Amino acid sequence: MQKTPLISAKDVDVFYAKKQALDKITLDIPEHKVTSLIGPSGCGKTTFLRCINRMNDLVDICRVAGEIKIMGQDIYAPEVDVVALRANVGMVFQKPNPFPKSIFDNVAYGPKIHGLAKTKGDMEEMVEWSLRKAGLWEEVKDRLAETGTGLSGGQQQRLCIARAIAVKPKVILMDEPCSALDPIATAIIEELIDELRKKFTIIIVTHSMQQAARVSQRTAFFHMGILVESGATKSLFTAPQDERTQNYITGRIG
Amino acid sequence: MASEDITQENSFNITLGNRSKLMEHIVKLAMVLSALVAVAVTIGIVLSLMFEALEFFKKIPFSEFLFSIEWSPQTALRTDQVAAEGKFGVIPLFTGTLLISAIAMCVATPLGLASAVFLAEYASKRTRDWVKPMLEILAGIPTVVYGFFAALTVAPFIRMTGNNMGLEVSSESALAAGLVMGIMIIPLISSLSDDVINAVPQAMRDASLGMGATHSETVKKVILPATLPGIAGSLLLAASRAIGETMIVVMAAGLAANLTANPLEAVTTITAQIVALLTGDQEFDSAKTLSAFALGLMLFIVTLVLNYISLRIVKKYREQYD
Amino acid sequence: MTNPTTSFLKGQKHLNRRHNAEQRFQWMGRIAIALSLIFLAFMITSIIWQGKGAVSTTKVMLAFDLSAQMVDPENIKGASYEKIVKSALRSQFPNAKKRKQKKALYALVSSDAGFQLRDQILANPALLGAEQTLWVSASDDVDMLMKGHISRAGAQSDRRVNDDQIGWIDTLSDEDAIKRVFNIGFFTSGDSREPELAGILSALVGSALSLLVCFALSFPIGILAAIYLEEFAKKNRWSDLIEININNLAAVPSIVFGLLGLSIFLNVFGLPRSSPLVGGMVLALMTLPTIIIAARASLRAVPPSIREAALGMGASPVQTTFHHVAPLALPGFLTGTIVGMAQALGETAPLLMIGMVAFIVDIPSSILEPATALPVQIFLWADSPERAFLEKTSAAIIVLLIFLVLMNIIAITLRKKYETRF
Repeated sequence: MQKTPLISAKDVDVFYAKKQALDKITLDIPEHKVTSLIGPSGCGKTTFLRCINRMNDLVDICRVAGEIKIMGQDIYAPEVDVVALRANVGMVFQKPNPFPKSIFDNVAYGPKIHGLAKTKGDMEEMVEWSLRKAGLWEEVKDRLAETGTGLSGGQQQRLCIARAIAVKPKVILMDEPCSALDPIATAIIEELIDELRKKFTIIIVTHSMQQAARVSQRTAFFHMGILVESGATKSLFTAPQDERTQNYITGRIG
Repeated sequence: MASEDITQENSFNITLGNRSKLMEHIVKLAMVLSALVAVAVTIGIVLSLMFEALEFFKKIPFSEFLFSIEWSPQTALRTDQVAAEGKFGVIPLFTGTLLISAIAMCVATPLGLASAVFLAEYASKRTRDWVKPMLEILAGIPTVVYGFFAALTVAPFIRMTGNNMGLEVSSESALAAGLVMGIMIIPLISSLSDDVINAVPQAMRDASLGMGATHSETVKKVILPATLPGIAGSLLLAASRAIGETMIVVMAAGLAANLTANPLEAVTTITAQIVALLTGDQEFDSAKTLSAFALGLMLFIVTLVLNYISLRIVKKYREQYD
Repeated sequence: MTNPTTSFLKGQKHLNRRHNAEQRFQWMGRIAIALSLIFLAFMITSIIWQGKGAVSTTKVMLAFDLSAQMVDPENIKGASYEKIVKSALRSQFPNAKKRKQKKALYALVSSDAGFQLRDQILANPALLGAEQTLWVSASDDVDMLMKGHISRAGAQSDRRVNDDQIGWIDTLSDEDAIKRVFNIGFFTSGDSREPELAGILSALVGSALSLLVCFALSFPIGILAAIYLEEFAKKNRWSDLIEININNLAAVPSIVFGLLGLSIFLNVFGLPRSSPLVGGMVLALMTLPTIIIAARASLRAVPPSIREAALGMGASPVQTTFHHVAPLALPGFLTGTIVGMAQALGETAPLLMIGMVAFIVDIPSSILEPATALPVQIFLWADSPERAFLEKTSAAIIVLLIFLVLMNIIAITLRKKYETRF
């Protein structure tokens, strides 16, 4: 019925020193869809997200077991180059974190380090494309030389999205991208996410069940380090299979 | 008697006794005076330097001091001697100071910055815990020790190497003094820059690494540009330290006031001249002795400006990420 | 405009280039640290290497004629011991005939040999009346030759020790009449023009006296200023001014403090030149910023709850500060003060300005007497041409460094011991 998933995680365990943060997570993520990871604080959803582009490598005490395959390649295999992996699996963080550089340089950063633009014209084209895709072009096209930190919170987050998509990754990981934003900025980003899924596969961690329901086609519910339930967003919210999911979406836990 | 007792018991004693009140006033006064000592020292420095320097400028015109290119502060053996006044052009001292400081900065900047980056970004906590104090030792060694080492080990070595390569090297070369001074100020640059780099939020690193930048690309393209003002501040502070450093130059750079940019030649510095002018016999009405204070005033102003700018930059930079 | 890195695998050409750059970058850091530390290690070992010889000194045994004819037992101090030493040398080596040879012969022993002989007789008058074999100090050139610092090879005219002298020394050493002993004089005597006699005690005492004055001034003033700025001063232009002042003073070149001391303490106040009093005052001004900054940090670490508790019990702000807050911050005060004292101990330039470069043989007994300090002694010896002073200078540096290490160890231990996380 479905084609092969873009990402498939199998029996993923994560430990922080002795403490187990994820226990035997097995989850498939289809291409060109938005998948939400939901669950109460500390349930491991962000940890799982950070496993997908190996950001957990940066934490000394973190150890990952099991396998995560992207396009059939186990990303924890020794022959995988984490730099190349991250070029294909971009990330947008909880708090907007533009570099203290100009708007143009923020977006041009990825193409520059990966050597994607041959000429200055190429680069300008790429920056414009990314900013348009992130819905920010009209607002900033006249002040590309201004510093990115001077934008409003919502604009900063869209700048970070533009920065992430500029290298044309396959997957974009979003870690509660709207938690620091007001409702209007949130609505704009949510619209954008829906638009972006045509080109990219998106995995979003969110606290808000409404947001998960609005933006995602598939949802996975995490609780205390285990994946309780996953499936189509609609069915998960209307007919949860597990009692814990039921309790969470009705507001009894979390 | 009885009524007195009652009133005492029934009333709150909300004032302190007179004696302890007096004590408190004395203690407070002592504290204020102590805090003002710092201001008094600055004023004392400025006044004493100014006063003696003005005396000097009565004898030697300011313009001659600032623009003349010859420095040979001879004392008159006899008052009727011709040309007994000596030459007081500060330019060769200035260039000598700059030459040695520049050599020191050329040594200390790359070494200090590379150390700071490695310690802040790559070193494990255990490595940091022993390397940092080891580097700090360099700053804790008295300058007279560096001076001794520069004069008796480094300078002869440079001279020998230079001679072997067919270069003419003076026995008191600017290179020896600058090189050793550079090593001395490494910890100044590395520890300040280390602080500055550590102040960059982890989110900046995450953003860059999350896009597939390597760690060194993150450092070079994100962290260092972001910390540029703070690093500039630490470099200015180090430069000010190099300009004001005395013992190394007194012992290793010598007193020949040559106007040269050749690091293999001997030069002299403002500080070395102050020491030369003021050790030994002094007459407080001779231009020779007074000129030391004019030099001191210049040194004070230059270092004060550098310090002030760098402290401002560093402070402003810290606030940026608070 | 497509992402060329659709494969995640290692070994792609453009990735290799970037990973190599990464490795180079990391190695630059490692090399920088290694270079700095190698320099440090090299400097310290070379100084220890040069200075280790100063632990010993060379003594020569000679037969001295102490008959009543030479020394009158009634007037021991009146005898000409120099003559006795010279005649002892002549009778030991009768082959020295020419004036020049005799002069070279006399140069084998220290100019102090006569005094050493006298002191031995004064300590033990029973020696008088006969010929006695006694030990006296050899000259610095002999000492250097014995330690191998003066080469025996090369043309005679290039050497500090000529062939005759070498012959005599070899004879002495064949007769076991020359030996190296622990150089106790280095630690018990003052400066001297003769390297074999020069010691560091007067400089050490001078340093100790200066530090005493420095501590007595900078500790109370620094702590009171820190308490005022941290606990009492309102944040306004005045406190900002004082703060900027302190930070700037911390970076003012040390020699400028020396100029201040010269023109104000010496010329205006007329305090005694070269004295530890003035030296200590100048050093106090320099260490003040260090102490204030450290003490303020230590006060800041005391949690507000302690102040609130004391104030809540009805203590006045002054009582609160001195009874409750300051005792908790005391280890921090002491640490900062010791670090400041260590800086002051190593400071040279400002002491040159106030005349503490004098040639001091006697041990100063008060803070008003002329004195020198250990780092200044190092500076003076480093300037001396004799090879033997090189050894002394290095040894004095080692002593200075040992003191600095000890002070820093105390400071670190203190910090570790009282490091309370409130």
